[in-house]
Formats: sequence, structure tokens, C-alpha cells
Amino acid sequence: MMNAEPLNVTGTPIPAGKGEVLLSVQNVSLRFGGVKAISDVSFDIRKGEVRAIIGPNGAGKTSMLNCINGFYQPQEGQITFKGVRRDKMKPHRAAAAGIARTFQNVALFKGMSTLDNIMTGRTLKMKRGFFWQALRHGPAMNEEIEHRKVVEDIIDFLQIEHIRKLPVGKLPYGLQKRVELGRALAMEPELLLLDEPMAGMNLEEKEDMCRFILDVNNQFGTTIALIEHDMGVVMDLSDRVVVLEYGRKIADGTPDEVKRDQKVIDAYLGVAH
Amino acid sequence: MASIAAGQADTFPKLLMRNARERGQRTAFRHKDLGIWQSWTWAETAEQIRAYARGLQDLGLKRGDKVAIIGYNRPRLYWSMCAAQWLGAVPVPVYADSVAEEMAYVLDHAEAVFACVQDQEQVDKVLSIADRLPRLRQMLYDEPRGLRDYDHGKLHDIGDVIASGAKALKDGAAGEAIDREMEQGAGSDLAIILYTSGTTGRPKGVMLSHFNVITAAEIGCQFDGLNEQDEVIAYLPIAWVGDHVFSYAQAIVAGFCVNCPEGPETVIEDRREVGTTYAFAPPRVFENMLTITMVRMEDAGPLMRRMFHYFLGVAKQHGEKILNGEPVPLGALLLYKLGDMLIYAPLRNRFGLTKIKVGYTAGEAIGPELFKFYRSIGVNLKQLYGQTEAGIYITMQPNGEIRADTVGRPAPMVEIRLDENGEVLYRSPSIFGGYFKDPEKTAETMTADGYVRSGDAGFFDETGHLKIIDRAKDVGKLNSGELFPPKYIENKLKFYPNIKEAVAFGQGRGYATVAVNIDLTAVGNWAERNNVVYASYQELAGHDLVYDMVARHIDEVNRSLAAEPMMGGAQIKRFLILHKELDADDGELTRTQKVRRGFIAERYAPLVAALYDGSEAADISTEVTFEDGRKGVISARVKVRDAKTYPVTAPERPAAARAA
Repeated sequence: MMNAEPLNVTGTPIPAGKGEVLLSVQNVSLRFGGVKAISDVSFDIRKGEVRAIIGPNGAGKTSMLNCINGFYQPQEGQITFKGVRRDKMKPHRAAAAGIARTFQNVALFKGMSTLDNIMTGRTLKMKRGFFWQALRHGPAMNEEIEHRKVVEDIIDFLQIEHIRKLPVGKLPYGLQKRVELGRALAMEPELLLLDEPMAGMNLEEKEDMCRFILDVNNQFGTTIALIEHDMGVVMDLSDRVVVLEYGRKIADGTPDEVKRDQKVIDAYLGVAH
Repeated sequence: MASIAAGQADTFPKLLMRNARERGQRTAFRHKDLGIWQSWTWAETAEQIRAYARGLQDLGLKRGDKVAIIGYNRPRLYWSMCAAQWLGAVPVPVYADSVAEEMAYVLDHAEAVFACVQDQEQVDKVLSIADRLPRLRQMLYDEPRGLRDYDHGKLHDIGDVIASGAKALKDGAAGEAIDREMEQGAGSDLAIILYTSGTTGRPKGVMLSHFNVITAAEIGCQFDGLNEQDEVIAYLPIAWVGDHVFSYAQAIVAGFCVNCPEGPETVIEDRREVGTTYAFAPPRVFENMLTITMVRMEDAGPLMRRMFHYFLGVAKQHGEKILNGEPVPLGALLLYKLGDMLIYAPLRNRFGLTKIKVGYTAGEAIGPELFKFYRSIGVNLKQLYGQTEAGIYITMQPNGEIRADTVGRPAPMVEIRLDENGEVLYRSPSIFGGYFKDPEKTAETMTADGYVRSGDAGFFDETGHLKIIDRAKDVGKLNSGELFPPKYIENKLKFYPNIKEAVAFGQGRGYATVAVNIDLTAVGNWAERNNVVYASYQELAGHDLVYDMVARHIDEVNRSLAAEPMMGGAQIKRFLILHKELDADDGELTRTQKVRRGFIAERYAPLVAALYDGSEAADISTEVTFEDGRKGVISARVKVRDAKTYPVTAPERPAAARAA
């Protein structure tokens, strides 16, 4: 367990404002029948940091994310968010608590416009009931205007003004990813989970996306946990990296520490037995 | 003219205050921001600019100082120009997309002490060259995003500068002092320095006085009856004389509203929302709109498509005549009216041209087909011929005398003379006062009797309209002694939607040849419909069927050249399709998208050699610059083909220069 809490053990200085533990994962195990997707993994995510989860294919990264946002229930271990231990977690409750996410394969409403898609991210913040919303008058109207302002800020932030009214199904993949990020941002989350935000993008799109992720982190102070394959991206973006292999944690630390770790090198490059 | 003669408002800040008094509640500027059109009346604009001027003064801006303005069209950047002028300082708009090297040259040459820029991107760019700009003292920005953590010692938010100026002006004496600064300005003061893009050599700073620019603005306003009811959309580079006259000078002179779009990609949509009444665009903008529409129509249902093509046919036959007020048969008129309801009006609406009173195209020659298309669906599109040195206007097309192949009659107050080489010389009250810090070039350009050498060769046709052939120094000769007008040939080719750029060679050689860039949108769509598979521009460009298509276009061009006086010898004997798109980042085009022929000939020397040594193909590798400044190399084997030429059959009098 040398690598379990490297920041505490080694006393690595914690970046300013990135102290408090926002989410902690303790000894989590997840099984699907006989298949052990995650076994006994512990790590934490601190407020304001960019935390990367990396690992070879099938290492359990997405499963880990699914546990965090309550889509899967781990059989063992516990997850604590903002100091509150959660047992039976459901995705909508995770969302209400301030955890937003994007998906590995884009999951948008294809027939709806960019604007409407991002607007759906505000659903949980809408206070007026269905009746008032349907009437679209009085308080509901005012509320909608307020939400629209937030959404327009996000559209401006992500520079997608030109596709505001286009159905997202017609957009190129890179832009769809951006819209999805926009929808997650619309929830004004405390913790943003990004599942391979840069998969399938070309270099320019990747650089744009990196810029947006860093800007989200800087400007809104949003804590970010991301899964990514592109090692260059991970090393540039993240404050700390946790490495999984076959459902087990094999390393945890700053990008530099992780890069030097023999177990990580073996996992990625293979090792002679 | 009238208002100058009245002697009151002889500078832009004074005109601004006049507008605030006379039409204070009318909208002066709109900017679409966060999905909403934010607007400012003339009274509000004047108040902002007055406070801004005070803020600039507090930062140390003085009479005669130069202020660089860098960015996309934003109200506050236009205000920066006016606020600088208020203090007698001189704004120098700079092309926002110029690379750091070009920008460093202009900022240094202009001796800019302040820079007003749009956003972080421009701040970073200027900071990266700051060590070469010892005179630069302060930088102001419009959009604070991403700049929070920058050192704000010499960096300021324009909003803060205006606010602090407004605070200072609460004191009555301060208000009088700032108004005195404005009163001190005179019409003869230097108003602006516009750097020309420079097809050859370094950019030159064209100095225009308030009087020059106001006169130019009035020429245009009177010619087309522009007034405070009009609306324009500002989306062309602010460093270009066209934008300066149309979106700044004329707006302030006539008091109409300038709309700034959200961004470069939203212009068509934003124009549609505003419904501009007056438009100005280089041909490629009109071409783009048409290409997008045509491509979309290919995907429409068969009924729609048939209706579309049928009524476009009707428009082609009668539309222009109806627009020009010429008589047409009653049946045709009714059919056109029906077409207008079903097709033309929705099309104009799509283009954002529903309310358009008059639209201008300039900067490059426009394809006759393209020109006629817009006119035939009821858009009063006209051409003008202008130059930065002229304060823009040289010739314009009056209503009812509009033709695709001429640039019109001399504009009001402009005198034109042709010298023995066919070069166009002009004189008017709006011509410039000289190039900044370059008396030598000024002397070369201006004649003793006050005419300016345009550098363009042309002739007047039998109706008194000017026709431009090419740059005077570019009109070359083949070694047979026959005329070789490269741009004339290139333009004929570019009028085909499939051909994006063309570069003609032939000066001092045995025959004319061309290198062509295909248009990826048009040819790509054609490829999709014809099951031509390609993975990249390079692959498509080298495809045999694409070569066949270009060969057909060249054949038509040769036919038309053969039928024109003096041009028959310049028919294209051989051609090739370039393996990469010509790009301003690689120095192959100017920032206004004109080809730099000499540079291209050098860069692609092996290809040019192949055009003349009879070989079937040639190898080439070229360095390319990516958007982020990194470099790479593209290599290719480019095929060369022969084209058919025709016996010269020129009619006696000069014929219309039309392709296809």
C-alpha cells in the first residue's frame, strides 16, 4: 500500500486551494457475476484538482466512473462525497448532489438543437412544476430566462454560437463532444466526470478540448476526474493520476511520479515473464 | 460636400456628437452577445466614447500618438478608433489574422504606443512580439476571458477604462476639458492609417485625413441614398478600407446602425436576423453563400429541386430585366412573380438579403454567372472599383447601368485618366495624403498634377464604363510579343465553382500555362454524387476525372480568349492541379486572398519547369505551416496535361469579357 495515499505519505505539497477531499473511494470492489471489474481500489479526489484515471483497455476505468456517479453499486467498500457516505446511490441523486458526467460514446438528444440539449442540463435546477413550464408564462418564463442566461454563458465559453440552433445529430463528432461537455457544465457541478473526452478527435480538436477542460477548472473551480488514453494529454492536464490495471490500482501520484513507476511502465509496455 | 461646407462637424468625433444631438435615440451599434442583440443608441455611444477618450487620456495617450486596433468587428474596437480620434491620436487598424511577424512590422512601423485588442489570443500575440516594440506602452482588451491572471500593470479592460473615464468626467471642468480636446480636431488632421495588404513587398501605411474619409463616405451615401434608416453588418477586416468606410465612416456620416455579429461563423445567420439594407462583400462571400445553397439543394427532395431549377431558369431569363426596369412580356412577369413567392423571396431570406437596398462587391473581379444570379433573384448587387489610396471609391455602377464585366463609371467627384500603358490614374478630394514614413513610394504613386497611379491597367468601353484587365505591371508579354494578362486568365478560371484559385504563368515564355486549386466543397460534393472516393484534398486533386473536369473548363476559357481582341495569344497550352490549397499562412496568398504569383512560381519551381519542358508529371515537396505555427512537409507527384487551343477569331470591337 505504498502508493495508496502518496500525497499524504510522501508529503508532496498540495497545490493551493486543492486541499480538501471532495470524494473518496475506499476499498471498492465491483463484481459482475464471477467477473471482478474492480477489486479493492482506494483513492481520493481533492477539491479543485484535475484527476486522471488511466489504464489499459478493460482496466475498470469506466466501471469506476459508473460507481462514482451511482450507475453501479459496488459490492464492497464505500464512496464518500463531500464527507457524506453514500450507500444506495442512484445517478439522479448523484447529479442532484453535484456530480455531472459525459460519456465515452456521445449521448445527446440527436434531434434537438445544441441550445435545447444544453438546456436539459438545467432540468434539476428548474423549480417550477410541469404545469407552469407547459404554460410558459409568469414565473416559469422568468425562470426560463434565468436558465437561458446560464446556457448562453456556456455557449459563449465553449465557442459554439454558430451551432446554437442546429440539431446536434448533424454536427461533426468533435462538436458533439463539446455540446456534451456544455450540457454537463449546465448542471454547475462540483465534480465533473469526463469519460474519454478526446477519443476520436484530431489533434486540433484535442488541443481545443484540453483548453476548455483547463478553463473549466480555472474559471469555475470545477473539480474534474477524467479518463483518457492519450498519455500526452493526461500528463499535461492532470494534477494527479491514478493507474488501474485488471481492476486493481497499481499507482497513484503526480504525472511525473506515475511516469517513472515501473509497474505503470510494465502495464503499458508489457513485460517479459 | 454639404456638411463639410457647413463647416461644423469636420471630424468623426464631432459628427458623433452631432448624431447624439440630432438622432440620440436611434440605434447606433448592435452586437450579438450571449445570444441577444445588445444595442447602444447614438446618445449612449457618444457618452461611452467621450468617457473612453478621457480614460485613454488618463493612461497617457496624446495628440499624434498612434493606436493599433486589432481584432474582429466589435463595437468597442470601433469606439476605440473614435476615442483615439477624439484626442487627436491616430488609429491604425491591423488585420487580426496576420501572423506575429507581419503584425510586428506594422506595429513597429506605425510607431504604435497603445494597442486596443479584442481578446486573449490577440493579447498573447502582441505580448509575444513586445520585445520588438519598444514604443508600445499600454494594451487594452475587450473580452476579459482568460486574462484574469495576467499582469495588469500595462494591460487594461476597455470596460474599466471607460468606467474610470466616466467617473472622472462627473466633474464639470473635466467634461469641458475633454470637449475642448475634441474641438481642437480639424478636418485636415490625420484620421487613420490603413496598411495595404501588399501583393508585393512590405505593407504601406496609407494616411487619410478626416476630410478624405468623410468625403469618401459622402460620395457613397449620396450615390445610393443612404440614410439613418439603413442597417449594415460589420464582418470584414477592420483594417480594410472597405470596412472602414462602410461600417465606420458612412455609419457616422449618415447615422445608420452598425451590427456586429457574434463571430465569423454566424454572419449569415446574424445578417438574416437583422435584415441589413446595405451590404458590402468581396465576391468570395457571395460565392460561398451560393455554393452552400447549391450543395444543399442537391440533397433536397426531387419536387423541390425541380421547382428550384425551373424558377432559377425563369429568373435567369427575365430577372435582371425586371430589376433594371426593362419591359418583359406579361406572362414572364407573372411567372417571375410566382417564382418570387415560391423561390426567390425564401432564398433572399436565407441569404439575409430580404431588405437589401443595394449590395456591393469589390476587391476582386466577380464571376458574371454569380453576379447575374444574385441580380436575377432581385438583389441589387453592383460592382465598384476602389483602392485604399482613393479612400475607396474610383468607379461605381449607377442603377440601370449594371454589367458583370465592367466596374462602372467614375464615382462622383472622381476624375480618371489613362496613361499610354493603359494604367488607370485618378484624382478626387478623398485621395490619400501619402504613405506613412515613405516619401519615396508616395512620389512614385502620385503624379505632379495630383493624380494617383492605381497600378491597374484598364480601358473604357464604348458606353463609358471602365474595364480592368490586370495590375499594370503584371500585364506581361509572351516571348512572341503577344499580350499576357495573368489575372484576367485566372479570373476567367475562378468563375467556375469547381476552381478555387488559379495561377497563370507565361511572362517571357513561349505560351501561357496555369496551376489550379480545386474547390473542395464543390468538387467534394461532385465526387460524392459520382462515387469518386478520396481521402484528402491531395488525392482528389490528382484524380483523373477531376483533371477531365478542369480540362473542360480550360477549354471553354480558351474559346472565349480566342474570341477577344488582343487576348487570343494568351490561351492556356498546359495546366496542372496543385496538390495543396494555396494558403495565406504559407505566404502564397495575401491576407485579402490574392495570389502572390512570383512567390508561387519560386516555391513550385519544379512544377513550373514541368509545365514548360513537356514532361507528363513532376515531383514536388513543399513546407506548410499549420494554424498553430508548426511546420510540416507535403510531397506529391503532380500530373501535367495539355489543353486545346483555338484559332484567334477576335471581333472588331472589344467584346464582353465573360467566361462560359
